[in-house]
Amino acid sequence: MTIATDRREPSRVSGGEGDTGHLEELRRDPIALMNRVRSECGDIGIFELADRDVVLMTGASANEFFFRAPEEQLDQAEAYPFMTPIFGEGVVFDASPERRREMLHNQALRDKFMRGHAATIADEVEQMVAGWDDEGEIDLLDWLAELTIYTSSACLVGKRFRRELDKRFAQLYHDLEQGTDAIAYVDPYAPIESFRRRDAARVGLVELVQGIMERRAASAGSDGSGTADGSGSSAAEDDRDLLDVLMSITNEDGTPRFLANEVTGMFISMMFAGHHTTSGTAAWTLIELLRHPGIMASVIDELDELYAEGAEVSYQALREMPHMESAIKEALRLHPPLILLLRVAKEDLECDGYAIKAGQMVGASPSVSNRIPEDFPDADSFVPDRYLDPRFEDRANPWTWIPFGAGRHRCVGAAFAMMQLKAIFSVLLLDWEFELAQAPDTYRNDHSKMVVQMQQPCVVRYRRKSARPATGSSPGAAS
Amino acid sequence: MRVLVDLELCQGHGVCESEAPGVFELAKNHKVTILEGSPGENRRAEVEAAVRFCPTTALRIVEED
Repeated sequence: MTIATDRREPSRVSGGEGDTGHLEELRRDPIALMNRVRSECGDIGIFELADRDVVLMTGASANEFFFRAPEEQLDQAEAYPFMTPIFGEGVVFDASPERRREMLHNQALRDKFMRGHAATIADEVEQMVAGWDDEGEIDLLDWLAELTIYTSSACLVGKRFRRELDKRFAQLYHDLEQGTDAIAYVDPYAPIESFRRRDAARVGLVELVQGIMERRAASAGSDGSGTADGSGSSAAEDDRDLLDVLMSITNEDGTPRFLANEVTGMFISMMFAGHHTTSGTAAWTLIELLRHPGIMASVIDELDELYAEGAEVSYQALREMPHMESAIKEALRLHPPLILLLRVAKEDLECDGYAIKAGQMVGASPSVSNRIPEDFPDADSFVPDRYLDPRFEDRANPWTWIPFGAGRHRCVGAAFAMMQLKAIFSVLLLDWEFELAQAPDTYRNDHSKMVVQMQQPCVVRYRRKSARPATGSSPGAAS
Repeated sequence: MRVLVDLELCQGHGVCESEAPGVFELAKNHKVTILEGSPGENRRAEVEAAVRFCPTTALRIVEED
């Protein structure tokens, strides 16, 4: 970067005349606001969020600046005030790249655990569909949000903890996610209904976790099979999960190091990044495939071939699904679960001749950049072939194909997420047929919260396939 | 062939280590270390798989004459 002598201030987008700038528009139609920033101001422009400027960056050059900037310049910790009441004080939303790599290891997101996770996820889907009749309807938000609570708790905390959860945990977790109104930029504890429900949900989750911890402590103390040093669990060694580990850690005086409130905060934060994101992407992948029957047919052909003669879904096989994977990538491009990534400028900066001032927020928008027509021909259409040889439009546009972000903060769970989505659809699409239960254009995202989710109703019909034998449909069930 | 890594992109997923053990290893800082910078042709298929499946596209192969 050169030191320009005539650094310009980015221009400001129209609108936002009220006291809180563009906050109301951000709560009502954030994508229209961000598209207007690009059309009026270009790659770098400003909208106002309450009393702060947000310098919004789109396009490859500005995005590269955004994603390459070190923490000392663009800081993430302060940029998401709506997360603090959800995680609890002291649990940060994001960590340094070094800490993230450590967590990647500790949280079993590494490649060598993926195969086991694939089997776990397939098993969770099987359990959910076991309750289905031969045909019926599901609401995609309710059903997938519950499923992904089970998959993420089983993979990230452990199967023992997962077995102690039911629908209540998923419903409370949903209330947390709904407590992300952008009003938090004015006051994260403003007296509004969604924040009241958020705070009640967090209390409810702590109570559930407290109950689980008390039952474990009681069974460890009573059945004599607890460990000799009194570390507080009767779990068989191979069933021991993260909660057992946390419960076994004590202070010097022998009292437990982590109480239910802290444990719950840790679990909420571990599960957060992978929950609504995966749930929403699964919903949009299914909806887009149902809107495009020809592409659905090619995905199902690919699955049928892959699982011919009852083959298991090993992780190895999960990687080799070009049609399925392209459909997921295209759903992610058109409907990225995170529409606005934010940082706070810690010092005066310059990007492409524009001045960014210390204290301003800086944003990048997957929703806008993912649809730049120069990079993605026919940008508003669902075209999974754009990821196949020779186009490879995701790799060709590393700074504008950004559903997972990019650079040093790129989603560490991206590989896990792709594996999870392929495992979910392996089970669903092999054994079941789906159809839209609403007019195709009535499926929408709800953008009234910072955490984007499907707007309800979002109903689809399912019907059990008759031709397929019952065996061989359970990816990774045996091994 | 030579194997190159962009350490700014590496997040330590360990796919390369699984695909081509002995060529790649995760170091203590959780980033990849290249143990064998110029692997023999007999390792080509494994190394190409490591490059192809790297979740962060941090690896590439440069052909030597």
